[in-house]
Amino acid sequence: MSKQHTLHFKPAEGFRARSKAVVDNPFLRQSFRGAMDFLMAKRAAQFPDSEELESLRNLGEQIRQYNLARLPELLEQLEAKLTANGIRVHWAESPDEANAIILGICQQWNAKLMVKGKSMVSEEIELNHAAEAAGIAALESDMGEYIVQLAGEKPSHIIMPAIHKTKEEIARLFADKVPGVDYTDNVDALIQIGRQVLRQKFMEAEVGLSGVNFAVAETGTLCLVENEGNGRMCTTVPPVHIAITGIEKIVEKLEHIPPLYSLLTRSATGQNISTYFNMISHPRQTGEKDGPEEVHLVLLDNGRSQAYADEQLRKTLQCIRCGACMNHCPVYSRIGGHAYGTTYPGPIGKIVSPHMLGLDATAGLTTASSLCGACGEVCPVKIPIPELLIRLREESFSAPQPQPALRGQGAGHSALISSIWKGWSLVYRSPKLYRLLSWCMSRFNSLTPTRQGPWTSVRTPLQPAPRRLRDLLADKK
Amino acid sequence: MSARDSILGKLRAAAPSTVKVQPDVASWYASHRPVESASAKAARFRHFIELAHAEVHAVTAENWPDKLAAVLDARRIERLLVAEGTPHGETALDELPRHGIECSTYDMAIEAWKTEMFTATPASLTAARAAIAETGTLILWPDAKEPRLMSLVPPVHIVLLDANQIYNTFFEAMSEEGWKTGLPTNTLLISGPSKTADIQQTLAYGAHGPKELIVLMLTEQETVIPAQAGIQNQAESLDSARQGKEDQQ
Repeated sequence: MSKQHTLHFKPAEGFRARSKAVVDNPFLRQSFRGAMDFLMAKRAAQFPDSEELESLRNLGEQIRQYNLARLPELLEQLEAKLTANGIRVHWAESPDEANAIILGICQQWNAKLMVKGKSMVSEEIELNHAAEAAGIAALESDMGEYIVQLAGEKPSHIIMPAIHKTKEEIARLFADKVPGVDYTDNVDALIQIGRQVLRQKFMEAEVGLSGVNFAVAETGTLCLVENEGNGRMCTTVPPVHIAITGIEKIVEKLEHIPPLYSLLTRSATGQNISTYFNMISHPRQTGEKDGPEEVHLVLLDNGRSQAYADEQLRKTLQCIRCGACMNHCPVYSRIGGHAYGTTYPGPIGKIVSPHMLGLDATAGLTTASSLCGACGEVCPVKIPIPELLIRLREESFSAPQPQPALRGQGAGHSALISSIWKGWSLVYRSPKLYRLLSWCMSRFNSLTPTRQGPWTSVRTPLQPAPRRLRDLLADKK
Repeated sequence: MSARDSILGKLRAAAPSTVKVQPDVASWYASHRPVESASAKAARFRHFIELAHAEVHAVTAENWPDKLAAVLDARRIERLLVAEGTPHGETALDELPRHGIECSTYDMAIEAWKTEMFTATPASLTAARAAIAETGTLILWPDAKEPRLMSLVPPVHIVLLDANQIYNTFFEAMSEEGWKTGLPTNTLLISGPSKTADIQQTLAYGAHGPKELIVLMLTEQETVIPAQAGIQNQAESLDSARQGKEDQQ
């Protein structure tokens, strides 16, 4: 196995250069364009009735908002119910705390190998790094995640992690990295190679790790959505199962699940349902012959409570992680997931990452949007993503406040830019000043610089017209 | 302060004072999902699970062991894992040997026979507790007699389903059966064989779980399950050849 993971969060400064690298690569552009068109068509086919779609989205939004409004009491109810069911609950404020909890459990079991089902929260805490440092092998078992781990990369999409790779690249990767494998670009053959390797690992692993799609407070149940069966392997074969989730993925009632689950699979991949819906309510009970002896749940905050504290930003937490916003985003579909540098890319990444990493590390991301509104329109739980982007831009670029509610508030603030806008505002509010300035600009237009920053990197320079509109109209009289 | 107290403290300080109205899930389903007849539900179930690449056979209480033997014979499978102590498991144990099929049982904890389960168990038979018509979904409640891995590890999974146990929707299934009062260790919804489209959106079956899912649908007499006459909405728009997939997380 390759251990050359480069999963670390990359700072927002590199965003422009990374985006350019993708846009300059016709193969990557083709991969993303093709995949996004495919996913958009599949989603559209799942919602032929727009009235039904709207009423289901309204219900989904209502369910998420109802549950978020009661989040603290539901977390306590979930903890009590899970504990009564024999599942151990842990709380972590930061990625470091979450890693320490997970690796502590691994060490109690002398674990050498942890097999992982797909979990974006485990990517968020960079568990694979922490495990490696502690001498524990963390092996991804979702086919897409297995491929990106072999390549030493990060997922480029939250649902389809290896969406940026062609089958030929994957064929070469398998031939290079998997012992005893010859080059084949037959997709069935490649999947069977992955199956053989990973089945052996499911048998050997002491710990299975998974994410959680929904946690149900009234029954104490963890729900997992998947197609491959690796999630079921990770949660059934090893003697220990550790699930990790953000504190927001909770619903009070079991009956809240069917609408959300239907919205999730139809929005994400255009499936009317996934192959498996795996509901876990207890560890192995007396007399049962399989299943883990211990089940743990790690509840992670990592900035979610900051979003929760603000009534508008709380809507960020309605997310069910379907990825439809990225599939429909004109920016994501051109630059792909890696350019963002954050665990969660695309529109949802731009509104959730500032709470996890601070606006100082993510200030530029909120501006990487045309505000076309597609993300908000397709969101199955009606998160007003464009509104939240505008709000976060204001928080990033406004003057720093002494005790900011958001970490990194004002990080993008520039005294120069701020005074330019102040001047602009002054000029536009005073007709006399406006006339004077526009007269100067048209009269001295030859003095306009020919290099105008990023604008002239791909465009001809802007130059004021030699005569103002006012002057032209005066001529007509 | 513990992480728990700190997180709950922050959330409590920020929790809205107005309580939102409880969402009315039941009335959404009542107004959007008509109740169907048993045969319409059977047809819809069959349509969707076949779209997901499962194979469905209509059987009766009398002939299912013969049909099961024929299904195995067609695949040259001579060994079947069955659940001892269940009615269908006992029937299989009684009937299949005379068809030349050896039945093994899940009679000890998985740790004692993991390698055999993973490498020498070509097929399994389990029952489904119920099914869901809307999505072509089997509901399984694995237990001590019929453990969880039976429906996951063997490459061919055969499921016996009583056609009278089909609900319209997932919501109806959990409401009618009172799931909220308590769930078993593991509750499973299964809607086809294991699959992935993680390589260039190309669909491949048998990713980690069963490569084939075969449903034996028990009806009172050997009736032909009607073709999907009344199935509108998602049916047409689903194109099984282009079906993608992937893991949601």
